[in-house]
Amino acid sequence: MAKPEPVIIGIETSCDDTSAGIVQGGSKILSNVVSSQIKIHSEFGGVVPELASRSHLENIYIVVGEALKQAGLQFEDLYGVAVTYGPGLVGSLLVGIEAAKAISYVYKIPLIGVNHLEGHIFSSLLEGQSFKFPFIALIVSGGHTELVKVSGFGEYSIIGQTRDDAVGEVFDKVAKLLDLGYPGGPKVEKLANLATFGVKFPEAVMKDGSFDFSFSGLKTAVRNFKNSGKNTDNNSLCAGFQDAVIAALLNKTFAVAAKNRIKRIVLGGGVIANKTICAEFVKRGKKEGIELFFPSSKLCTDNGAMIALAGYLKYQRKEFCDYDLNADPGLTL
Amino acid sequence: MTILHKTKSSAETAKLGFKIGKSLRSGAIVALTGDLGAGKTCFTKGLVKGTGIKAAVKSPTFVLLHIYTGKVPVYHYDCYRLKGPADMEKIGYEEYFYGDGITVIEWADRIPEIIPESAVRVVFRIMPGNLREIEIEGASI
Repeated sequence: MAKPEPVIIGIETSCDDTSAGIVQGGSKILSNVVSSQIKIHSEFGGVVPELASRSHLENIYIVVGEALKQAGLQFEDLYGVAVTYGPGLVGSLLVGIEAAKAISYVYKIPLIGVNHLEGHIFSSLLEGQSFKFPFIALIVSGGHTELVKVSGFGEYSIIGQTRDDAVGEVFDKVAKLLDLGYPGGPKVEKLANLATFGVKFPEAVMKDGSFDFSFSGLKTAVRNFKNSGKNTDNNSLCAGFQDAVIAALLNKTFAVAAKNRIKRIVLGGGVIANKTICAEFVKRGKKEGIELFFPSSKLCTDNGAMIALAGYLKYQRKEFCDYDLNADPGLTL
Repeated sequence: MTILHKTKSSAETAKLGFKIGKSLRSGAIVALTGDLGAGKTCFTKGLVKGTGIKAAVKSPTFVLLHIYTGKVPVYHYDCYRLKGPADMEKIGYEEYFYGDGITVIEWADRIPEIIPESAVRVVFRIMPGNLREIEIEGASI
């Protein structure tokens, strides 16, 4: 009989959500529990209120327990415990790290520290996609905008990042400016799809020729247009705004791929749940002969399974941590 | 004392932040208030540079806090997504507010109860013609 593939649990508490996911063999998701997406009925019959979304300490044991339950496993079945140790908020990260250490210590399984961004980079592997090195990764979410050259596992060079607002953040803020409600990203996309034309907004180009992004000016441009008294509906504003964001993401990412003669682009992060963005990347990829990889929307946002996957990749390399693993809020790739 | 400044560009807003940053001592708290796109992050970029730290200052809206390390560290908060002081308690703000760094808080109007009396207060207003009116209270520049 073939040796069973190792089972790794991944714990993610870097921002708002408490999440735990269990992955077997690097691609098979056995469970993936995110605190804000499920209503967990505790043994006391209560429900974890949305209010507690930031209370990782209250959520962590429930979420880990639920991940095991959904996978039909017990702690003893785990081969390793992976945890996000940065970047993120120190207090939030520590909750996950301490929980992971406890599991590692009690069940005598290796502790694996994972960079949150590494989780996003490899998340599309969880759906049976496979890609070779090197590739260009674009990670875009509420808190991150990173354009990275990935030469191998653990070999990253950051080519571009935002100089002000992250992409997901600017989507939310534009939604707020237009009174569309929260979460803003899906609302902006929805209205943009209804538009018959888009207002033209300038694409931010860096004067120094770098591949960095800037979205703050675009936010101001949308506000100024809205307040200019010109008779334009929100649909056209959203369409124009989204077009400008997509243009910036496409042009920079493909330019970096061309400059490095790399034929693969991998997308990840919450903003990739935006179907229009993915479609435009695929279209441009076909035109330029570049392969595109991206996860489905439920794996774009922060989740434990992607941390378990990155943990598995490190497990295979025996990249384990000691119990002095600490949170690193400013961790880079 | 309150001083009113007018800026015509993001570069001018950052320059004003730079001057404030140069004047700050460890333990200072700077509370920023103003609408979306009014220049708070831009001002903070200048402020951090003024303290002598060379760091890429980005909006901390989603992660709530960025820390820039230097001789005197700068703690850059963003309360945009917070509902009130209780949320700040959850993320352990006191350690930073009353620590030995400089604390800058965007959207300080979300947590008025915990902004100390001694804080420097900066209010940003967007004026016609894309000008910014920036009111600074409690700083000496």
